[in-house]
Amino acid sequence: MERLSERPALDVSALPTVVFGPRNPVWLGTILFMLIEGSMIAMVWACYFYYRTRTSDWPPGVLPPNLTWGVANGIVFILSLGPAWWIRRKARAGDLLGCRIWLSVLALFGLVNIILRGFEFANLNCRWSANAYASTIWVLMGVHSGHLLTDFIETVVLAALAFTDRVDGTRFTDFDENSMYWYFVVGIALVTNFVVYGASRLF
Amino acid sequence: MTPSSNPKMAVAEPPVVPPPTADRQLRLQRAWKEPTGFFGWFTKVHHTSIGTRFLVTAFIFFVLGGLLAMLMRLQLARPENRFLGPDKYNQFFTMHGSTMIFLFAVPLMFQGLGIYLVPLIVGTRNIAFPRLAAFSYYIYLFGCVFFWVGLLLNTGADRGWFAYVTLSGPDFSPGKRVDFWAQMITFTETSALATAVCLAATILKHRAPGMSLNRMPMILWEKLVLSFMVIFAMPAVMLSSSMLLLDRTVGTQFFNPAEGGDVLLYQHLFWFFGHPDVYIIFLPGTAIITTLVTCFTRRHIFGYLALVVSTISIGFIGFGVWVHHMFATGLPQMGESFFTAATLMIVIPTAVQFFCWIATIWEGRLQFKFPMWWVAGFFFVFMIGGLSGLMLASVPVDTQVHDTFFVVAHFHYVLIGGAVFPMFGALYFWIPKMMGRMMNEKLGYWNFWLFFIGFNMTFFTMHFLGLRGMTRRVYTYLPEMNWGWLNFVATIGAFLMGAGVLVFIINFFWSRVHGRIAGTDPWKAGSLEWAVPSPPPHYNFAELPTVNGREALWDAEPNQPIVTGVRDDIREVLITDSLDGDPDSKMDSPEPSAWPFWAAIAITGLFVGSVFSAKSVEYTSIPVIITLIGWYWPKWRETQQRKATEVWSD
Repeated sequence: MERLSERPALDVSALPTVVFGPRNPVWLGTILFMLIEGSMIAMVWACYFYYRTRTSDWPPGVLPPNLTWGVANGIVFILSLGPAWWIRRKARAGDLLGCRIWLSVLALFGLVNIILRGFEFANLNCRWSANAYASTIWVLMGVHSGHLLTDFIETVVLAALAFTDRVDGTRFTDFDENSMYWYFVVGIALVTNFVVYGASRLF
Repeated sequence: MTPSSNPKMAVAEPPVVPPPTADRQLRLQRAWKEPTGFFGWFTKVHHTSIGTRFLVTAFIFFVLGGLLAMLMRLQLARPENRFLGPDKYNQFFTMHGSTMIFLFAVPLMFQGLGIYLVPLIVGTRNIAFPRLAAFSYYIYLFGCVFFWVGLLLNTGADRGWFAYVTLSGPDFSPGKRVDFWAQMITFTETSALATAVCLAATILKHRAPGMSLNRMPMILWEKLVLSFMVIFAMPAVMLSSSMLLLDRTVGTQFFNPAEGGDVLLYQHLFWFFGHPDVYIIFLPGTAIITTLVTCFTRRHIFGYLALVVSTISIGFIGFGVWVHHMFATGLPQMGESFFTAATLMIVIPTAVQFFCWIATIWEGRLQFKFPMWWVAGFFFVFMIGGLSGLMLASVPVDTQVHDTFFVVAHFHYVLIGGAVFPMFGALYFWIPKMMGRMMNEKLGYWNFWLFFIGFNMTFFTMHFLGLRGMTRRVYTYLPEMNWGWLNFVATIGAFLMGAGVLVFIINFFWSRVHGRIAGTDPWKAGSLEWAVPSPPPHYNFAELPTVNGREALWDAEPNQPIVTGVRDDIREVLITDSLDGDPDSKMDSPEPSAWPFWAAIAITGLFVGSVFSAKSVEYTSIPVIITLIGWYWPKWRETQQRKATEVWSD
């Protein structure tokens, strides 16, 4: 048994147990996961432009993806920032009812995003096996769809949890950080949409 | 080191803590108890349990990788040898390289040592996100097993540890060998990334009060820089190996030149990971050297700031040199010149580190205890590796000796010098903390000299073999080449190295039973892990410490304050500010759980399934979702407990 001593004390008993943002290690963990996923997809963007430098015909031998569904999904992504923002506000105020409402709304937005993403895949105007360009845009959309699905499922789980009696302060910080991750998903979606729909026409 | 001048750190005067009772320690023991028994094994979440698992498993794979190397050396011992055929030889050198890099070096030097030591050195009771740390072990273990089962089923990877396309593509590598390699990457890099998140969060948010950034021991700086290097480097190799897997399994065209694919892109992506990975393997070595030199010279490290800046700059420059692995691919000369310059530039921070160590030894009172022999070995071996590295940074030299044994000699001098020598030093230094008993000194010397002599016999000769034109990855050679005796010497050396490792293993098991009791601080070292009993209890610190200098124990005031107010009846930990280490909040550390194990099983199902059928993802992803939800879903009892006592910040 370790011998314990009599020493002056730094008393931390009054410190809070529910903190938001950078003060919370979970916030930091979320940021680090965003860095991992962000660097992964940034490398796929880089691959796209690398392939672009290898040929003069772009997109090679196929039509660029149809704009309609991509633009529609981009708009839905931007609109979804609203409920995500509200969730953060309500979570930080400890407003459970507000969190329930806005988490449910965000989950609905996520569902619409996923449905529209299905239409996007159907309108890429190429199969993944056609050539390297086609493979790249399929993987770009695929990786981002992974982000989208992950955060959609997380949002649904959090929304369901919010309707149970298992919500303490820690869960409010989770609601808050889920929105931060959603911002990330939207930011990546917009850049990816620009690469898939814009770069195939502009460059 | 001056006492804290940080006003926020000013300690309340008194109150003086009454001598804590044995009850308190019993409460801590109860709250932090790790499950026991067969089923308990799958639920452990304490960093000492997980760190030990990583260390043991990675060491086993170090031995297995070494055994393959010895078999390869037997094959090359004389010309026209038929001991291994070309096919077995291809599998063995690929499995050897991949095992040493992915299953041994990073898991032991970064993950094992990091997970075990970092929470102790920062002065907290457990790692941040302990279930994620547990998950990172399981997924690593399953990746190891998957990869090596492949070898036993004659599906061992056989295209070299970097599996260049087009050789590894669908046209030239039918079968599943390359797929096993590519998916092993996904397993191990998922694991490394999860560990990186845990370690970075622990270092930035769990440090003891008073441990501001400029008071962090060098090993924490190294683990922090390394975590960020892992975060930015590993996705590149996960991407390249996934693209390779997709080319092979679903017919994408990433690396098929006939359909606009590009083979050099694979090399760019691989080496964008691969070269930083060299530093991911080497930087832990430098931090170990700093730690050992500090401890055994009885003084603070010379040039702390210079060492920190060097570590960070190696982290950055390490990402700007990858093309020097591709000098023979015919890239534009301007690009080659740039990467030559960048490669040479990395000499500067490395040399700064060396000079800091020399100055510390010069100024200190050197005690040449046996972990220090490995430091001396490091200086000698790594220096030679560094010098041949300077030669290889030059494009004409590199082109001349490309893919010869000269390169093999160089990177073994760098990697074994930069990682394995410090690793043995670290094991002799920290095993007394982990095991509670000292290692045998005499066997330690045998270990060192057998390994050191064997290593130089094996690899110094390879410089000459390379210059005489012997290429790597060729299973035999003709007697007329006159390479026989050098190869024979190298083979003898490899067996001496093997004997050295065997002595270490014997030493370990002997010392477990007969070793001298280590006590709390057998080396009289200065960092916080030496303030807890050996082996550490699962709550680590009965009294959470505060820190007054870079070497917490050496710089402590006679009545250095302790932290009170952190609950001892539940798993509560203190969260501090990232910059100054000021107390900021408290949070619960997760309880033991089997969910990380089940999640790793489910993800293994997904990874393994996708090697055989891309469509399998449709159903193998369902258990993944279920287990991750199970992992997250809070227990009612814990929720009510937290609700009753939680304090919201303003």
